[in-house]
Amino acid sequence: MSPGFASRLSRWMPKLAVAPGFALSFAFIYGLIAWNGVLSFSASRLLPNYEWVGLAQYVSLFESERWHVALVNLGIFSALFIGVGLALGLFLAILLDQKIRAEGVLRTVYLYPMALSFIVTGTAWKWILNPGLGLEHLVRGWGFESFTFDWLVNPDMAIYTIVIAGVWQSAGFVMALFLAGLRGIDDSILKAAQIDGATLPRIYWRIVIPSLRPVFFSTLLVLAHISIKSFDLVMALTAGGPGFATDMPATFMYAMSFSRGQIGLGAASATIMLCTVAAIVVPYLYSELRGARR
Amino acid sequence: MKPATLHRIAIWSVLLLFAAFFLVPLYVMVATSLKDMAQVRGGSLLDLPNGLDFSAWRKAWSEACTGTDCGGLKPFFFNSILMVVPAVLISTALGAVNGYVFAKWRFKGSELMFGLMLFGAFMPLQVVLLPMSQVLGWFNLADSIWGLVIVHVLVGLATTTLFFRNYYVALPDELIRAAMLDGAGFWRIFWRIVLPLSTPILVVTLIWQFTAIWNDFLFGVVFSAGDAKPVTVGLNNMANTSSSVKEYNVDMAAAMIAALPTLAIYVLAGKYFVRGLTAGAVKG
Repeated sequence: MSPGFASRLSRWMPKLAVAPGFALSFAFIYGLIAWNGVLSFSASRLLPNYEWVGLAQYVSLFESERWHVALVNLGIFSALFIGVGLALGLFLAILLDQKIRAEGVLRTVYLYPMALSFIVTGTAWKWILNPGLGLEHLVRGWGFESFTFDWLVNPDMAIYTIVIAGVWQSAGFVMALFLAGLRGIDDSILKAAQIDGATLPRIYWRIVIPSLRPVFFSTLLVLAHISIKSFDLVMALTAGGPGFATDMPATFMYAMSFSRGQIGLGAASATIMLCTVAAIVVPYLYSELRGARR
Repeated sequence: MKPATLHRIAIWSVLLLFAAFFLVPLYVMVATSLKDMAQVRGGSLLDLPNGLDFSAWRKAWSEACTGTDCGGLKPFFFNSILMVVPAVLISTALGAVNGYVFAKWRFKGSELMFGLMLFGAFMPLQVVLLPMSQVLGWFNLADSIWGLVIVHVLVGLATTTLFFRNYYVALPDELIRAAMLDGAGFWRIFWRIVLPLSTPILVVTLIWQFTAIWNDFLFGVVFSAGDAKPVTVGLNNMANTSSSVKEYNVDMAAAMIAALPTLAIYVLAGKYFVRGLTAGAVKG
């Protein structure tokens, strides 16, 4: 090997090393997104075909009652999942921040659901919320004979059972993020406020919580992201039912693409999901990367 | 009693109440899995099991029916192991090299490349399901464990690259420069200097990838059939079969079996698990 070649090779080595991974990811991410886009403009039903039908799939998507149910469910689920998750996680983090003994044990307990698959937690909650033998049976056994809790099989309420299981799963995660944020706050500011005679709730409300804004922002982003993509939990808990009362965009996409032979419609719904996530994530990534370069 | 003590007691009660809220489902799962069906039907959710009866566990492991075959969760469990080991190792190795380049060997356009890759960690995977199942079909990898391995590597690459890149950015550049003056090249620096310093991030990435891939359901249900299904799909099929006799004790035992590997890792290496969670949430 001539020294010229060796030194040229070493100059190219970083690019060569990163090339296969990048080429694969690029093809996987953007190539398949484009392909999915093409499918969404095609007449594909049971099998993909590439007969161009323009926006027809999007028109029938938004005329579909089931898609509307999915969107409304996503709205209900996201609002409650994010709202309750944030509030509960922040609350637990603030309490744990009060120099609690056995904090480590409590943190471990709050966070373990995050290590489990949504399929596992969905299966567990399905059993607990089972109207026949679960919670309802338990409370009736305590003497409240007329107690009814049939949300799981009630089309109007079933979506809320998914919220319960979802919040249970992720509240500890939110707590961990806020706790990390709280630990990053400079103690001397709090001491100064205390010397000025501010009460603890006031200090939290006026100083601590406002300074957690970046944590709020990234937690919000992650939770929004989880809720738009939520699929496993719904499948395990209600499988979209009763009927399609708990359908969400992700389960709608799955049903259309893989069991109802409506590939074009499924692709269109996936594109809408992509646009929703991109609208949230792209500005965030942009600002993060720009911030990192500074 | 002093108000401060009262205050403490109040905080403690609230914290313990929530600890119960988080623990009760786990208790219910374990307790139900140790009951027989007579006790499940006759008793209530919170009753202690009558004794330590592991027959539901045995049934969930090797006898329970999912759809038409009745081999329990065992084959699915081994599928998950066969899938998760190569997928975790490959995605971690590629991510380490990518992260090393994006942090220490930047070139014109590398930041843009990194940003473009990063989007893969966020995009809704629904958007790749349909084309990917066609691609896997072409390569004869549909419904095989290797197909799942490839998909998990492709999806995981963005995350592992991000983890390593953020960790390597914090390594001092002088280290690299000194090694270069000594005549070390790209790979030598990686093997001799960077990799030996990477233990913490390696552990975080391995745990993160293991948990994510083991717990995956979407790819498992879409890209596998027959005898290549992972344990999450096996569990879901078992718990959602509409047979006339529902055996909740077996379902709960099956759920515990599917949960045990990640739960064990969480208990043994919780610190690294949490670090991965926060690294995944607070990017950049």
